[in-house]
Amino acid sequence: MRTPLAAGVAALAVMALAGCGASASGTGDAGTTTLTVFAAASLKGSFEDLAAQFEAAHEGVDVQLSFAGSSDLVAQIQQGAPADVFASADTANMDKLVADDLVGDPQDFATNTLEIAVPPGNPAGVETLADLASPGVKLVLCAPEVPCGAASAKVADAAGLDLRPVSEEQSVTDVLGKVTAGEADAGLVYVTDVAAAGDDVEGVELPESAEAVNTYPIAPVADSDRAELARQFVDLVLSSEGQQTLAGFGFAAP
Amino acid sequence: MRAPTRSTGEAAVGLPRWAFVPAAVGGLFVLLPLVAMATRVDWSSYWGLITSESARAALLLSLQTSAASTVACLVLGVPMALVLARCRFPGIDLLRSLVMVPLVLPPVVGGIALLYTFGRRGLLGETLEVAGLQVAFSTTAVVLAQTFVALPFLVTSLEGALRTAGARYEMVAASLGARPTTVLRRVTLPLVWPGLLSGAVLSFARALGEFGATITFAGSLQGVTRTLPLEIYLQRETDPDAAVALSLLLVVVAVLVIAATRRERGPL
Repeated sequence: MRTPLAAGVAALAVMALAGCGASASGTGDAGTTTLTVFAAASLKGSFEDLAAQFEAAHEGVDVQLSFAGSSDLVAQIQQGAPADVFASADTANMDKLVADDLVGDPQDFATNTLEIAVPPGNPAGVETLADLASPGVKLVLCAPEVPCGAASAKVADAAGLDLRPVSEEQSVTDVLGKVTAGEADAGLVYVTDVAAAGDDVEGVELPESAEAVNTYPIAPVADSDRAELARQFVDLVLSSEGQQTLAGFGFAAP
Repeated sequence: MRAPTRSTGEAAVGLPRWAFVPAAVGGLFVLLPLVAMATRVDWSSYWGLITSESARAALLLSLQTSAASTVACLVLGVPMALVLARCRFPGIDLLRSLVMVPLVLPPVVGGIALLYTFGRRGLLGETLEVAGLQVAFSTTAVVLAQTFVALPFLVTSLEGALRTAGARYEMVAASLGARPTTVLRRVTLPLVWPGLLSGAVLSFARALGEFGATITFAGSLQGVTRTLPLEIYLQRETDPDAAVALSLLLVVVAVLVIAATRRERGPL
């Protein structure tokens, strides 16, 4: 009675192993090559577009995108994750990999600045940075430990403001979530986040954001088996078409 | 196979030998990650890392909120378990399944659900705000999130204990003229005391480890909503040594809580 079941399990295991093998080797039966790009979470929309452009221009190439916080991606690459290209949301995280000789020469490809995000209708009537410090406004920021929080602190310091947030969130996505849910009256997020959120939030421009410009570097990963393709992907991001795509998502040129 | 020898009570049935192998693997599977973490701790700076101002604030907040949610679990969960174990009415099986939902729900989903209930724009949020209660970004929100995820642990343990104990003694007490409240206080609860205790400990431990619902629903501010798990997650960004040190602290606290109640309960 047990034999058919055991055979079935064995067959499944073999199929699963075969499946893993094909994807891990990077070259499948149809001769496709996989290029793995690790990119900061804020690059999700723009890099999905860029990957589609790259696949259209390179037949048989499949671009695998992995999005996460830059520091998480750095930790993964340090532990040997199979990435070919790394695009970071800040220079500090890229510098960690440069120091470990894990990436080639990084090049800056975009910048991003902060903006005030408020729920639709702007219930607390936030118009300026100074409004964020008024007692009735429930303000949410990134924690100073993460890049967006460090940028927020820099902007507030430059303006001489003492901001008292009701919450210091882990990531810019968490800040945006609290604003879109209407829990918070205002939050400091990146221009690109406001653009990506569409009608869920309104943006209030922040002239003071020039105090904290976030620069995005990109670099091919040193251990990559597909160094040539990785270089071509970096070139696409830096090309005028690539820059145009990024601009469409709210990024500024480096 | 050996036949079970019930007469002596002492003579164990004896386990099949093969069972020890997966049991040992399972034990290692649980212990090894903890050992691996302990090897990463920078012991020379350990004391400094776990007594920093932010760490102390997070630990204190975690202990306070977990204690508060355990009390909330007892107040709500004991009657729930009694109803589920002793009452018969249509739909009770469905009700029993629904109570278990937070157990299988990813905590982030729980957080989102709580947000849409108690948030400023939630189902009850506006009513609460009119009543002068603001749950958003408060310690109350942390306790709500912890209670939400911990309640099923108490209800399941206690319901199981109530079913095992059966209703015979309760019936005897009632037939001798005891009122329902007296029966509950003098017969039912003493009978299921171990189950109640372990349920409360499980709830406390679950509340102590709560992360997803808290970060989604309550926010994160030192001394107000940033519990120890949230502090660990944040420290990971800049100071992995501190994150590991605090993780070990959380493990030690959890083990101490469990060990303390085990000793009090004695070997079962």
